[in-house]
Amino acid sequence: MKFTLNIWRQPDAVTAGKIHTYELDEVSEDMSFLEMLDVLNEDLNAKGEEPVAFDSDCREGICGSCGLMINGEAHGPEVTTTCQLHMRSFKDGDSITIEPWRADAFPVVKDLVVDRGAFDRIIQQGGYISVNTGAAPDAHATPVPKDKADRAFDVATCISCGACVAACPNGSASLFVGAKITHLGELPQGQAERDTRVVNMVAQHDHEGFGGCTNIGECTAACPKEIPLDVISRLNWDLHAALRHGK
Amino acid sequence: MPDTTNTFDASHTGRLDDEYDDAAGYYVDGDPIADTKAPGGPLEERWDTRQFEARIANPANRRRLSVIVVGTGLAGASAAATLGEAGYVVKSFCYQDSPRRAHSIAAQGGINAAKNYKGDGDSVFRLFYDTIKGGDYRARESNVYRLAQVSRNIIDQCVAQGVPFAREYGGLLDNRSFGGVQVSRTFYARGQTGQQLLIGAYQALERQVAAGTVKCYTRHEMVELIVVDGRARGIIVRDLVTGEIETYFADVVVLANGGYGNVFFLSTNAMGSNVTASWRAHRKGAYMANPCYTQIHPTCIPVSGAHQSKLTLMSESLRNDGRIWVPKNKADCDKDPRDIPEEDRDYYLERIYPAFGNLVPRDIASRQAKNMCDEGRGVGPEVEGVRRGVYLDFEEAIGRLGRDAIENKYGNLFDMYARITGEDPYSVPMRIYPAVHYVMGGLWVDYDLQSTIPGLFVTGEANFSDHGANRLGASALMQGLADGYFVLPNTIRDYLAEGPFEKVAEDDPAVVEAQESVRSRIHQLMNTNGTRSVDSYHRELGNIMWEYCGMERSADGLKKAIDLIRTLKQDFWRNVKVLGAAETMNQSLERAGRVADFFELGELMCLDALNRRESCGGHFRAESQTEDGEALRHDDTYAYVAAWEWAGADEKPVLHKENLTYEFVEMKQRSYK
Repeated sequence: MKFTLNIWRQPDAVTAGKIHTYELDEVSEDMSFLEMLDVLNEDLNAKGEEPVAFDSDCREGICGSCGLMINGEAHGPEVTTTCQLHMRSFKDGDSITIEPWRADAFPVVKDLVVDRGAFDRIIQQGGYISVNTGAAPDAHATPVPKDKADRAFDVATCISCGACVAACPNGSASLFVGAKITHLGELPQGQAERDTRVVNMVAQHDHEGFGGCTNIGECTAACPKEIPLDVISRLNWDLHAALRHGK
Repeated sequence: MPDTTNTFDASHTGRLDDEYDDAAGYYVDGDPIADTKAPGGPLEERWDTRQFEARIANPANRRRLSVIVVGTGLAGASAAATLGEAGYVVKSFCYQDSPRRAHSIAAQGGINAAKNYKGDGDSVFRLFYDTIKGGDYRARESNVYRLAQVSRNIIDQCVAQGVPFAREYGGLLDNRSFGGVQVSRTFYARGQTGQQLLIGAYQALERQVAAGTVKCYTRHEMVELIVVDGRARGIIVRDLVTGEIETYFADVVVLANGGYGNVFFLSTNAMGSNVTASWRAHRKGAYMANPCYTQIHPTCIPVSGAHQSKLTLMSESLRNDGRIWVPKNKADCDKDPRDIPEEDRDYYLERIYPAFGNLVPRDIASRQAKNMCDEGRGVGPEVEGVRRGVYLDFEEAIGRLGRDAIENKYGNLFDMYARITGEDPYSVPMRIYPAVHYVMGGLWVDYDLQSTIPGLFVTGEANFSDHGANRLGASALMQGLADGYFVLPNTIRDYLAEGPFEKVAEDDPAVVEAQESVRSRIHQLMNTNGTRSVDSYHRELGNIMWEYCGMERSADGLKKAIDLIRTLKQDFWRNVKVLGAAETMNQSLERAGRVADFFELGELMCLDALNRRESCGGHFRAESQTEDGEALRHDDTYAYVAAWEWAGADEKPVLHKENLTYEFVEMKQRSYK
C-alpha cells in the first residue's frame, strides 16, 4: 500500500508548527498505524531528516500513551486506540492527515507529542480513596452488590488517553472526570469523600483550562474504551448534591 | 536445528560431572555470598522477626530523610505512596508522561493471594510451596514464604482503595484457578487486572503528591547512579522534554524499573521498557542475579512482517479449549488450514505428551512450537525465510460447546486477535507463537531487598528475588505490590534509621565523574554520524538473543552469540546514526542509550546461560535432557543463585554464588509425560 501523509511538525512548545507532506510506499495492511509511522521514521532517518516524535508505549491499547488526530478523528476511523488501528482500515493511495491532540489544556511538546499533565493534577484533587497502606480491613468486610461492582469496573476502564478532550468541540474533560467520579462513587469505600472529591476535581478541571460540557457526545463516540456519556450525568448529579450539602 | 529426540547423549544425563565448565575463560570465580539479612528460626516467624528487629526511623526525623524511587509501576508507585504516607520526602521518577502508564498496566490475568476465600484448601504454605515448585527450586524459601504471607494484605489494601475486582452475586470477591494450580486463589478484574491495580497505586501516589510528601518527575529517565563513599546517594536523569541533564540526591535510592525483556527487541514489554537504570547500577557495583532466567509465553500473536514492533500476548486460558497443530507435510504450510484434512495434521502436543496434551507448561508448549517451525512446518506469513506460527484451532471446541459458549469464554481475546490479524478465529484457526514476556532475573537483593550497594534497594521485576527459574501465572502483580506496599517500607527503615546522611557536595568527585560520563556518552551517540538506525541494531541484537539465548540454548550457540553481540556492539559505537539535537525531545537518542545497555546485558545473559549447564524452569539446555528429551535439572551442581559482578568494560565478570538450601520443601524433578 502507498500513502500520502500530512503530518504536523513542531520543533518544540514555543515554535510554530506546520504540516509536512511525506510519501510512503510499501506499507502492509497488517501494520499497525504506529508501525507505519516507525517505517516512515526509518525512512526519514535514512534520508537525514529528523524522525517524527510521537508517544506510544504498551502498543496493546491499555497504557493510554498514544493518541493522534487522524483525518480529524481522535484515534482515527475505528473505535480503538491509535496503536490498535491497522492499515487495513485505509485504502491504498489514501491521503492521511496526522495531528496531535487539539486542546488548550494539552499543549504540544513536540510534533505529535502533547502534555497531558493536567489529568494527573485533576486526580491529585481527589481521584482516590484515602487509605494508608496497612490501614485496610479484610477485603470481605464490605460486600459490594455485583451490579455496582460491574458498573464501577466498566467506567474504571478509562485509560486517560485524552481522546475525549481532543474530540470535544469545547475541549472538555467531563468524560474523564465523570468516569472517575462514577468509579469511586459506585463503591461503598468511596462514599466518605464523595462530596469533596467532585467539588475539587471539577474545580481543577476548570482551572486547567478544559471547557464545559454541552452534551454533544463526541467524547463517548471517540472513547476507545467506550465510557458511556451518562458518567457526566452522574458527575453533575454528584456536584449538585455536594453543593446542596454546602461543600 | 537441535532436535530434542535425536541429539540426546547418554553421557550427559544423571549426575553432572564437576568438570563441566562451559563458561571457563569467560568469567572469574568470586567469593560466595549469603543473604545475611534473612532471620533463621521457624519459617512462619521470620518476617515478623525481621520487622521487629528492623529499626524505626524517628517520625520527627522522617521529613529530613529523602528517598528516590525510579519507576512507577506496581512496585514503584506502591513504594513511593507508602513511603510518602510514612512521612519521608519522596521523589518519584518515570520516563512515561504519567505514572499511570507504567507497563504493569498491561497485565491481564490476575493476582494471587492465599486468602482461601473458596475454602478449597489454600493456605500461605500452599502458595509458598507452589511458588517454590513453580520456580523449579531456584528461589529462596524465606523470601517466598514472606511473599505468600503478605499476599493477603495486598487484596485488603486494593479493595479499600476501590480496585473493582470481579465479584459474585452475593457481593463477595470472585476467584479463579490460574496457570494449572489446584486451588482458586486468583483475584481478577476481567482481562485488565494490571490496569486496575496500577490505577489504585497511582491514585495513592497522586494523593501523596497533593499532600506534599511525593514529588513526581514524569518524562525523566534515570541514566546514572551516584555512589558516594560506598553508598547510593542519588541519580542522574535526562529530562526527556528539554534534554537537560539533572542531578538528584537522597539518603536512599529505590529501583523499580521493571524487566528487561526488550533485550530480545520483540517482546510483550512496552516499547520503552529498558534495563538502563539497573544496568547503570550494575556497573556501579550492584550484582546482577540469574540474568538468563527469562519467561517465554506460548500464546502470543505471531509476527506478521519485518516491520513488527512488539508482540501481543493472549491469555493462555485459550489452551483449555484450543487444539494446537501444524501440517504433517511442509508442502501444506501455505495452504488454507481449512483445506488440510485431519489425517494430514500433526497435533504434536497431544502426540508427544498424551497425558497433558495442549495444557503442558508454558516452556514446553513454547519450545515445541519453535521446534515445529525450525523443522519447516510453521504456518502463517514467511518472515525472513521462516514461517513462525502454529495453529490454535477451536473448530472442535465450537462443535462440542457451540459458538456462543466459546464467545462467552474468549470473546474479548477473539476480538483482539481479529483486530490485529484481520482474520476471524471463529472460522479460521488462530495462529500463535511464543514471545518473551517476563524476566525472573534481575539485580541481586538480600532479604531486605537491598542490593550489594548499600542504600540501593530494588523492588518488583527489577530484582531477582522470588520467582526462581520460572514464575507462576498471576504472581508478578503479587510480587510487585508485596515489595512496594509491605516489604520495602518495613526494611528500608532499618537503613534510614542511620540517616540523614551527610549532604553530598555538588562538586564531589563521584558526582562530577557521573555527570561527565553521562554527558560524554550522549555526546558520543549524537556525534557518531554513522549510517545505521538505532532500531536496526536493536532488531539484530534481538534476533541473536532469540536464536541463541531463547527457549533452547547450547554451549556452542551461546558462545557464538557472545561473539556476535561483541561485534555488533563495536559496530554500533562506530556506525550508529542519531539525528536531531540532545537539548530537546529526541526519541532516537533515548532509544540509543537503552540499546547500548542492552548489548552489555545481552552478553551477560548469554554468559549466565552458558555457565548454567542444566535445563531448569523456563529454560532448556540442549546438553541437559533426559532420555526422552525432557528438561533435566542438576541440583547437585546448580542449586545456587548466580550473582554477577561487573569488573570493567573489558574485564571478565566475577561470579558469586549464593547457595540455595531447602529446609521445608523437598526438591523434585517434574514430569509431564
